[in-house]
Amino acid sequence: MTDPNALLQLVPKAEGRQSMKDFKSDQEVRWCPGCGDYAVLAAVQGFMPELGLAKENIVFVSGIGCSSRFPYYMNTYGMHSIHGRAPAIATGLATSRRDLSVWVVTGDGDALSIGGNHLIHALRRNVNLKILLFNNRIYGLTKGQYSPTSELGKITKSTPMGSLDAPFNPVSLAIGAEASFVARTVDSDRKHLTEVLRQAADHPGTALVEIYQNCNIFNDGAFEVLKDRQKAEEAVIRLEHGRPIRFGADGAKGVVRDRATGDLKIVTVTPDNEAEILVHDAHSASPTTAFALSRLADPDTLHNTPIGVFRSVDRPVYDSLMAGQLDTAVEQRGKGDLAALLAGGDTWTVVG
Amino acid sequence: MTSQVSSPAEQADGAVLGEQRKVAGTKDVRRLDRVIIRFAGDSGDGMQLTGDRFTSETASFGNDLSTLPNFPAEIRAPAGTLPGVSSFQLHFADHDILTPGDAPNVLVAMNPAALKANIGDLPRGAEIIVNTDEFTKRAMQKVGYDSSPLEDGSLDGYHLHPVPLTTLTVEALKEFDLTRKEAERSKNMFALGLLSWMYHRPTEGTEKFLKTKFAKKPDIAAANIAAFRAGWNFGETTEDFAVSYEVAPAAKAFPPGVYRNISGNLALSYGLVAASRQADLPLFLGSYPITPASDILHELSRHKNFGVRTFQAEDEIAGIGAALGAAFGGSLAVTTTSGPGVALKSETIGLAVSLELPLLIVDIQRGGPSTGLPTKTEQADLLQAMYGRNGEAPVPVVAPRTPADCFDAALEAARIALTYRTPVFLLSDGYLANGSEPWRIPELEELPDLTVQFAQGPNHTLDDGTEVFWPYQRDPRTLARPWAVPGTPGLEHRIGGIEKQDGTGNISYDPANHDFMVRTRQAKIDGIDVPDVEVDDPDGARTLVLGWGSTYGPITAAVRRLRTAGESIAQAHLRHLNPFPQNLGTVLKTYDKVVVPEMNLGQLATLIRAKYLVDARSYNQVNGMPFKAEQLATALKEAIDD
Repeated sequence: MTDPNALLQLVPKAEGRQSMKDFKSDQEVRWCPGCGDYAVLAAVQGFMPELGLAKENIVFVSGIGCSSRFPYYMNTYGMHSIHGRAPAIATGLATSRRDLSVWVVTGDGDALSIGGNHLIHALRRNVNLKILLFNNRIYGLTKGQYSPTSELGKITKSTPMGSLDAPFNPVSLAIGAEASFVARTVDSDRKHLTEVLRQAADHPGTALVEIYQNCNIFNDGAFEVLKDRQKAEEAVIRLEHGRPIRFGADGAKGVVRDRATGDLKIVTVTPDNEAEILVHDAHSASPTTAFALSRLADPDTLHNTPIGVFRSVDRPVYDSLMAGQLDTAVEQRGKGDLAALLAGGDTWTVVG
Repeated sequence: MTSQVSSPAEQADGAVLGEQRKVAGTKDVRRLDRVIIRFAGDSGDGMQLTGDRFTSETASFGNDLSTLPNFPAEIRAPAGTLPGVSSFQLHFADHDILTPGDAPNVLVAMNPAALKANIGDLPRGAEIIVNTDEFTKRAMQKVGYDSSPLEDGSLDGYHLHPVPLTTLTVEALKEFDLTRKEAERSKNMFALGLLSWMYHRPTEGTEKFLKTKFAKKPDIAAANIAAFRAGWNFGETTEDFAVSYEVAPAAKAFPPGVYRNISGNLALSYGLVAASRQADLPLFLGSYPITPASDILHELSRHKNFGVRTFQAEDEIAGIGAALGAAFGGSLAVTTTSGPGVALKSETIGLAVSLELPLLIVDIQRGGPSTGLPTKTEQADLLQAMYGRNGEAPVPVVAPRTPADCFDAALEAARIALTYRTPVFLLSDGYLANGSEPWRIPELEELPDLTVQFAQGPNHTLDDGTEVFWPYQRDPRTLARPWAVPGTPGLEHRIGGIEKQDGTGNISYDPANHDFMVRTRQAKIDGIDVPDVEVDDPDGARTLVLGWGSTYGPITAAVRRLRTAGESIAQAHLRHLNPFPQNLGTVLKTYDKVVVPEMNLGQLATLIRAKYLVDARSYNQVNGMPFKAEQLATALKEAIDD
């Protein structure tokens, strides 16, 4: 039903060669100096020319929060909307205009707290949206309250004795919400971020990209373990489709299936167990293993955090299905005839 | 325009006009100028369907008519109880009428609960047709009848027709291979047949309807048709029904044209499809199911071959959010809801005000606050529509006055939204939504031109001579900003809910700019071109009755009664509640007294008093039902005499 290529062909191509500069708006960027958002903005602006789409057919829609200022800095069409509602607004735009490439920029509070409902329903519908979820595990714009991804017991202004609610794992949540594409990347790893964006852009349907992003003012260093060269080697699991899932110095560790429980576990790779190391299959029809991978990370220490594309499957795209019904209706009943509609079945005539 | 106004007592007598005559045998035929019938039964008895069918028969016969469906919010309330009673009232006449009628001439009561719940509305002398099969001791006790009202003399003042409807229906269907329970279900069609005989209704339409409705179950279709015919024949042959009635077509009441019967929600749906065609923009509806607005979602979802996209969202907020997104993309965008949904949509309406994009917010008002009375009518969302947002966020408000008028009101709301690039409230209500009346089907050439120009290129020259596009550079006449849709090269721009600099649309926290933008957004709405309000004042009255929305019918009927009785009263009815028509202040000051009847506690009156410093008096009813003409006439008479 969904021909990915056909779907992506609906957006017109740019006529000339584009450069990063073409995607920078004339607005002064107003994030705090040192904010991770700068890196993501640069990566996106740098990546856009590669897409080669007419920039007038690209739209960035955001909610409210630090990251949601993003559209102002992109020289495309854009809307900075309401807290949590960007997926809903983008859904109306994407479903009514299939010639547009629609991107949603959101944060952990915006997407997972006030906008949680819209996010899960966008994922379930598989609307053709690319959702960039900047996760800094804190509320930045309201100055430092804990967020729905903050670790349990987080001390903040609103939780001086520690937060009481367990955090969401955005990747687990997205997979549970029937997402057809789920990935995670890190703001500071430009190359990895760009590669994930590339795969998201190529995906027909909703793509959710969780971007670990440092808030150097209210939650500095939250992802340090994933960034520090030495620590990262032990903490980060890089997922690559078709490759055995190994990490650590010289790939000393690997992920295997626990035969007793069916769950995944981490082992030290030995010649005996090397053949059992799980080969990552992002295109698996079942979300089970992708979900299990999303549970490997320790929510407090972030050890064993997989990054990369967890899941990428083809599934009918809502906008295409909707357009298909419109076409079918015309095929079956002809193009709408207003006069006939208004007249209906039972009429009578009054003669003057 | 006739203004034959009868008192309830006259109606109950049957208002006999002209001669009695005999046809085809021994039965008398009497001519009436109008009749009010109420069908009442359990929620599961099919009373709404029965009423709808009788209405269709009546419409195709050419009577003027007005209907009032009245049903509980529960889908199947406990059988045989007072809260479970569902009714359908139909007023039809040989002249133009304005309301579903104050008091029924005929009540069809399918069970004791239906009798008990409705008897209070019946004037003495009214006809009551009861299904005696349901008047068992237990069923009567359930609703508090200690003795049978059919036998204890309590109905002596009425013309009672005891009919064993269930038994007769089962008997009539014994040839069919149906269980007793299945056969009993057709008793509403038996009742419809009987009433169709009594009032000389054409029957082909109903038979055709039943065949289509049960096309996949031909046996059930045949059984229902058999029950329908049996009811007709029962009237024709039994001695209890000695008289049948004719109500001539209302030919003179209607201007020439082709007519159909239409409910408010259907007319509103058609108005939206028509607006989309007239604007040459695709229609996008973002909506979440809510009573009594869901029928618009259902209807529009059937018209995909008109390019109509309907999106059933995860909640009210997503419904309007998706609509606003579609508006940004160049669709004629609509969200439909009722009062509780408007509350949830408020923040997005504010964003639409700030973004200055066209968007229709259709509010089918129902009883509130909170969940309130989901299936009943009210006009209590006016102030919510006017002011229910943070900040200074003016939104135009348009209100239809009758079910058929919902069509024109939808077009008018679309005109304002598209011309002025603004969200617009269309305030209908439960009474208009479900009520129906004849509608002259317009020719397409009569429909307004709603075409819009999207921005195509730069609209501003910088000091250095560079041509640029400014998303908030306004049209000097309408103050509307350009509508530049994605996909237009060179006009890439960013808009949002943060205050914008005049012209450029860039983020601005400048105090003077904010003050200017607040005033400009208000000035844009205040400057919307709306027609003057018309005043109907044939003889220089000193009292004006001012209404809005669905009270038009009852107010006009009350005014007719008063004038027939020799009173002087002027009438004006508002379609535009924001902005008010320019001449409204002058009109109000022409009269010594201004009375404002509303199905709320005085919301329009509050606005009028604040804006025009007029001592407007409220006359209010908030019982979930439309005003009755008689009651309004009495109140207005008191105001005149005061």
